[in-house]
Amino acid sequence: MKTIDKLITWSLLKSPWILHFNSGACNGCDIEIVDALTPKYDVERFGMVLKATPRHADILVVSGPITRQQAKRLKTIYDQMPEPKFVMAIGACGCSGGVFDGCYGVVPGSVGSVLPVSVYIPGCPVRPEAIIDGVVKMIQSVEAASK
Amino acid sequence: MSKITIPLGPQHPALKEPENFMLVLEGEQITGATVNLGYNHRGMEKAAENRTYIQNLYLIERVCGICSHSHTTTYITNVEELAKCETPKRALAIRTLFAELERVHSHLLWLGVAGYEMGFETLFMYTWRDREQVLDCLEMLSGNRVHYSINTIGGVRRDISAEQKAGVIKRIDYLIERTNYYIKLALEEPTVAARTANVGKLPPEVAIERGAVGPTARASGIARDVRKDEPYLIYNELDFKLITHNTNDVFGRLVVRALELVESYKMIKEVLNNLPEGPIAVKVPMRIAPGECVNHYEAPRGEDIHYLKANGTDKPERLKVRAPTLANLQSVAYMMEGGWLADVPLVIAAIDPCMSCTDRAVVWDPKKGRKQVYGWEELRKLSIEQYKRRGVDFTRL
Repeated sequence: MKTIDKLITWSLLKSPWILHFNSGACNGCDIEIVDALTPKYDVERFGMVLKATPRHADILVVSGPITRQQAKRLKTIYDQMPEPKFVMAIGACGCSGGVFDGCYGVVPGSVGSVLPVSVYIPGCPVRPEAIIDGVVKMIQSVEAASK
Repeated sequence: MSKITIPLGPQHPALKEPENFMLVLEGEQITGATVNLGYNHRGMEKAAENRTYIQNLYLIERVCGICSHSHTTTYITNVEELAKCETPKRALAIRTLFAELERVHSHLLWLGVAGYEMGFETLFMYTWRDREQVLDCLEMLSGNRVHYSINTIGGVRRDISAEQKAGVIKRIDYLIERTNYYIKLALEEPTVAARTANVGKLPPEVAIERGAVGPTARASGIARDVRKDEPYLIYNELDFKLITHNTNDVFGRLVVRALELVESYKMIKEVLNNLPEGPIAVKVPMRIAPGECVNHYEAPRGEDIHYLKANGTDKPERLKVRAPTLANLQSVAYMMEGGWLADVPLVIAAIDPCMSCTDRAVVWDPKKGRKQVYGWEELRKLSIEQYKRRGVDFTRL
């Protein structure tokens, strides 16, 4: 592995920056994501920061079913992110369409039908603990792959 | 100076949810604003027609994660009214308790988001930390933090024990203390006043004209609250003040919400101390007799209206939801005009928008990437043409 790649992996593991994208969720998961960032759970102490632009982000956190309006935009945002990049599908809707499965405004299936997903976190809505667990598992797998 | 049009959203740092505003700018000043919706449109009203009344309860809850109890209560009031069911008094009291707990969690959440948009991140972290106390209450009482699912057709799912009551009151006492600090902060902190005073002005006559609801209308001095105007659940037995403010700006909306928190704490304690005895639910038949029903409810963001039409089966024939944000968005366009670009996030946040509630029935022209809303006449013409192609003539209708 080249030194530059080592540096990139090291910085990713130490401070994974996230971009939150609501692709049609009911807000339940979104407020739990923000909950995970605020004092009670506080994942910011591990270097996770919510970023505003896709160009700064390592992890794209997608909550909710993908509405037909948002599918194209979600793809654009994913393409704008620099490599290496990861996608987290949050909630029952992100994993399978959840309660909205079969609605005409929603792309059938999970977030995986639009983007390559690294982690699926189920729950309706997900608990902040589950989000933290998902992030830890993802970081561990990246760490294992880089060795 | 030449005019430029810039899009804000659907993905934008200042927006927590997908929505789009086309802003016409002259330098830093906004001369025109259009609101575009539909990014969160999932088709829930149609989906509701294919599910039974009890399944719909869990679908309707997910109209919005922040005001989920508001939507289910409005829906269930409609169902119970059509089924001519006598809901037990204790169930109504428990529903009222949840409604007020939800208002507390929603207003605290808003206070945090408003702080964040002002650039006052400490306030954001403080209020979200305190909000956990309400979420603990909700989890203790219902088993879930966000979608409580306390309602069931004919009553509520769970009863409240004496220990739970003591736990809630303990947490509410802590929140009262914290809220008094926030009120002091809102009224005395010069940075808050400097950032919110005279921002996003909405004069009372415009608020009435554009149909503003909830805290947005009340901050323009309009005493409009469904809990007072047409009491539902057990609000006619509760003692609370209708909070209004007359500064017509973001500052007023901040004060209204902060003072409403105090009223909600009072109501929560009153309900808990006077819980009527009796059963918590009655049995309701699966099939609902034909009929139509409309009900409204004061959600944390304003008036929420549900229409329900039953046809005698176990599934509704039509369900229509008018969420408060839709009513308030017309005012946002007015508030932004003439303001500064830097104030836009704060003005949008000030109505506490909830797009997942709102985006259900808007039609778009996706051709050539141009966003254009169909007017009623155009929409009617289009549908007539489409049905003509399928051999049905609706021209005379």
